[in-house]
Amino acid sequence: MAAVDTTRPATRTAQPLPQILARSVERVPTGWTSWVTTTDHKKIGIMYLVLTFAFFLLGGVEALLMRVQLAVPENSFLDPSTYNALFTMHGTTMVFLFVVPILAGFGNYVVPLMIGARDMAFPKLNALSFWLLAAGGLVFYASLFFNPVEVGWFAYAPLSTGAYSPSGGVDAWIFLIHLTGISSLVGAINFYATITNMRAPGMGWGRLPLFVWTILVYSILLILALPVLAGAATLLLTDRHFGTAFFDPSQGGDALLWQHLFWFFGHPEVYIMVLPAFGIISEVLPVFARKPIFGYKAIAAATVVIAFLGLLVWAHHMFATPSPDVVLAFFMISSFLISVPTGVKIFNWVATLWRGTIEFKTPLLFGVGFISLFLVGGITGVFLAVFPVNWQLTDTYFVVAHFHYVLVGGSVFAIFAGIYYWFPKITGRMLSESIGRWSFAIMYVGFTVTFLVQHSAGMEGMPRRVYEYPDVGNLALWNMISTIGSFMLGIGVLVTVWNVTRSLKKGAHAGPDPWKANTLEWFTESPPPANNFDTVPRIRSVEPMKDIRRQVERQSPVEAPRPQPAPEHTVTA
Amino acid sequence: MRPTARHPRPRALLFALLGALGVALLATSPASADLLSPEAGPTENAQKIDTLYWIVMAVAIPIFLGVEGALIYALVKFRARKGAVPAQIRGNTRLEIGWTVGAAVIVIVLAVVTFAFLPAIRNPPNSGPGGLDVQQAGLTSSPVVESGAGREPPVPPDGQALNIDVNGLQYVWRYTYPDGDDNPGNNVFAYEQMVVPTDTTVVLSIRAQDVIHSWWIPAMGGKFDAVPGYTNATWFKITEPGEWDGQCAELCGRNHANMVATVKAVPPAEFEAWLAGKRQEIDAANQAAAQQREQVEAGRPPTEPGG
Ligand code: HEM
Ligand SMILES: [Cu+2]
Repeated sequence: MAAVDTTRPATRTAQPLPQILARSVERVPTGWTSWVTTTDHKKIGIMYLVLTFAFFLLGGVEALLMRVQLAVPENSFLDPSTYNALFTMHGTTMVFLFVVPILAGFGNYVVPLMIGARDMAFPKLNALSFWLLAAGGLVFYASLFFNPVEVGWFAYAPLSTGAYSPSGGVDAWIFLIHLTGISSLVGAINFYATITNMRAPGMGWGRLPLFVWTILVYSILLILALPVLAGAATLLLTDRHFGTAFFDPSQGGDALLWQHLFWFFGHPEVYIMVLPAFGIISEVLPVFARKPIFGYKAIAAATVVIAFLGLLVWAHHMFATPSPDVVLAFFMISSFLISVPTGVKIFNWVATLWRGTIEFKTPLLFGVGFISLFLVGGITGVFLAVFPVNWQLTDTYFVVAHFHYVLVGGSVFAIFAGIYYWFPKITGRMLSESIGRWSFAIMYVGFTVTFLVQHSAGMEGMPRRVYEYPDVGNLALWNMISTIGSFMLGIGVLVTVWNVTRSLKKGAHAGPDPWKANTLEWFTESPPPANNFDTVPRIRSVEPMKDIRRQVERQSPVEAPRPQPAPEHTVTA
Repeated sequence: MRPTARHPRPRALLFALLGALGVALLATSPASADLLSPEAGPTENAQKIDTLYWIVMAVAIPIFLGVEGALIYALVKFRARKGAVPAQIRGNTRLEIGWTVGAAVIVIVLAVVTFAFLPAIRNPPNSGPGGLDVQQAGLTSSPVVESGAGREPPVPPDGQALNIDVNGLQYVWRYTYPDGDDNPGNNVFAYEQMVVPTDTTVVLSIRAQDVIHSWWIPAMGGKFDAVPGYTNATWFKITEPGEWDGQCAELCGRNHANMVATVKAVPPAEFEAWLAGKRQEIDAANQAAAQQREQVEAGRPPTEPGG
C-alpha cells in the first residue's frame, strides 16, 4: 500500500561526506536484558512509548468507569470515595504518566535522529529517567491496594493535609510527584544538553526542526516549573508528617499558598503537554501537504513566547478565590496575551495546507483533527480568561470540556499523528492506512460526542468532580450522550492498538523514507542501526532530506528526471 | 500555478456544513437559552455576566467559523490531484504581522469590555423601593465574623444591605443572619436553604471552617471560593420571588456532590415573619438546652447555639 520507492533508497547518497563512521558488525542483542540494561536512546524511547501508552489505557479505563457512573442521574454503580479515587488517578495518570512522559518518549527516539546525533548527551542518565518514571507509576498504582488518593490531581490543601486525608494515598501521590519529577528533570537537562551541543554540522538554530524546538522549550519549562512543585509537595509532606503547618490555616498557615505554588507549576505544565504536540503537527503538516511549513520563524518564536507567557498566567486557575481585582485583571490580560501566539500558530498551520497538494494519510488526518479540535479548546479558553465569566464556568463541566479539548483533541490527537508518522521509522513497518483511517474517524466522532455537550452540562450547573447529579434540566441527556461518546472514543483508540500489534508483523516494509519527509531521521534505515548514522550530511536548510533527495535525483542520470516541484528560490533559513 | 478548474462539490459541501451549523444554532437557542450560555436569574450581576459572555461569543463565533471554514476549504480544494503542484511558499511577513496584530486587537477589545462591565458586576446597587428596610428591621449588624484576609464585603451606595454570613463546612452551608447587636452567638442561622427578601440588596461574606468549598448558585452569578482563613464576598438583589438551586463547586471530600444550597426569595414581610419564627425556634431550643445542661452538670458555660 505504502508508496515505498525501493528503487532509490535515499542512503545511496553516501557520496563525498564530511565524516565516515564504520558501523558495528556485531549482532544486535534483542533479549529482555538488552532492554533492561540499555542506554540506547531508541530503545529507551520505545520503552517510554510502550509504558506510557499502557498508562494511557489504564487512565482510559478509569475514565470509562466514571462515565458509566455518570450515564444516568443518581446512579449507584460507584460509591463516592471510589469515584473520587478514579478521577484523581485518571487526572494524575494522564498528566504525569502519559502525556508528559510520552512526549519525552518521542523526544528520546526522534530528537537525536533529527539533529544527526548518535545518542543523547548522557545515555545513562537517560536510562535513569525512564526507570524513575516506571518507579513513580508503580508506587502510585500500588496505592490501589491500600487507600488510593481521593483529593483530585491538584490536591488542594487543606483537604490534602493529614487532618482531612489521613490515609497514605496522598503520600503515594507525593511520592509519584517526586519520582516522576526527578525523572522529567533529569530528562529535560539531557534534552537541553543534547540539543544545544550535538547538532549536525550546519544545523544552526534557524535550521532546527520545529519538533526539536518544542522539545527544547519543553525542557526549559520543565526545569523552571518542576522544582516549584517538588518544593510544594515536600511542604505538604512535612505538614502531613512532621508537624509543620504551611498550608493549615488553623495554625497560621495559608491555604492559598498551595494553590499559588501548584499552579505556578501547573500552568506551565499545560504548555509542557501541548508544545511538543504543536511540534509534531509542525512536522507532519508540511510533509503531507508537500509544502514547506508556513512561517518557520514565526512558529519557533511563538513557541518561545508561549513558554514565557505560560509562566505568567498561573492564577487564572484561581479567579474564584478571594484575590484582589488587580490580580485578577493581571492574569486575565496575561491569559489573553498567550492566545495571540497560539492563534498565530493555528493560522500558520492552515496556511501551510493552503495551496499544497494534501495527501490524506493517517498522520495528516490526526494533524488536521488536532487543528480543528484544539481551536475549540483555545476559544473556550478565552471565555475562561474573562474572569467574571470564569466565575460561572470554572469548576464545572464546561472546564472539563475545555481541557479535554486541549489535552485530548490537542495533545492526544497529535500523539496519534506522531505514532502513525514515526511508527515506520521505529519498526521498519507501515501501519495499515485503512485501519488508521477508521481509528481516526471513530476517535474524532467519539471525542466530539463525548465532550461537546459537556459545555452545556456545565452551564446548566453541573460542577466537576461530582459522583452523582440530580435529574434536572437536560443533565440526564447530556451525560448519556457523553457516556456513549466516551465508549466510541475508547473503541477508536483500541483500533489503533490493534493496528499497531498487527502491523508489527504484517505491515508493509517501510524503507528509510516512506513519506518523502523533510527531516534527518528519514536519512537512516528503518529501524535505525544502533549508531544511527554511518555518515552525517552537512545541513543546508530546514529540510535536509529534501535537499538529499534532490541531490540523489541529480546524481542518478540513469533514470529519467522526475517531475520536479516548483523551484524553491526563497530559502529563508 | 493553482489548479483553476472549478469544483462544485467542495463548495456545496462547505455551504451545506455551514448551513447545518447555522440551522442547529437557530433551532436550539429559543428552545433552551441555557444550552449555550450560563444561567442568569433575576439579579443584575448574573445578567451582566451573561451579557459579557454573549459578547465574547459574538467575537468567538466568526473566528471559529473563519478558521474551521478555511481549514475545510483548504482540505477540499488543495487535496493532492494528478498534476497539481504544491506552491513552495515559506511565509508572508505582511500577512503574518497582520494576523498577529488582528489577534492582539481582539483581545485588547475584550479586556476593555470586561473592565467596562466589571463595576456593575462587583458593586451592588441600593435596595429597591419594594425591598426590606434593614435599618427599620433592626438587621444592621455587620457580617458576623471579623473578616479575615481577602475580599471586603461590598457596600451599596446608601450603605444599606442585608449582610449574611455564609460558612462552608463538610458538607453543609450554614447561614448566619444579622441582628441589632454585636454578639454573633445569638443570631438567627439556617442550613442549606437561604431565605432572603426580594428587591433587597443582599451581601454575602463567604468563609469556610475546614477545607475549601465554593459558593455557587448558578442563577445568582458565579462562584466564590470559601477558603479557610479568608473571607470572600458577593451580592445579589433578586427582583422577583422564586427558588434557585446550587451546590458546592470545589471538591471538599467524599460528600462534595451532596453539599447543596438553595436561595429562596420571598417578599420582605414574609421574610420578616420567617426570621421571627426562626428566632423563636432558636430561643426555645436554647432554653431547653440550657435547662437540660443545668440539670446534668451545673457550672459549665453555655455554648454557641448549634456549634
Ligand atoms: C480517553 C478519553 C477520556 C475520557 C472519557 C475522560 C473522562 C474524564 C472524566 C469523566 C473526568 C472526571 C470529571 C469529573 O468528575 O470532574 C476526567 C477528568 C480529567 N481528565 Fe479525562 N478523560 C479522557 C482522557 C483524558 C486525557 C487524555 C487527559 C490528559 C491528557 C485527561 C485529563 C483529565 C484531567 C486532568 C482530569 C481532572 C481530574 C481531576 O479533576 O482531578 N483526560 N476525564
Ligand atoms: Cu464543599
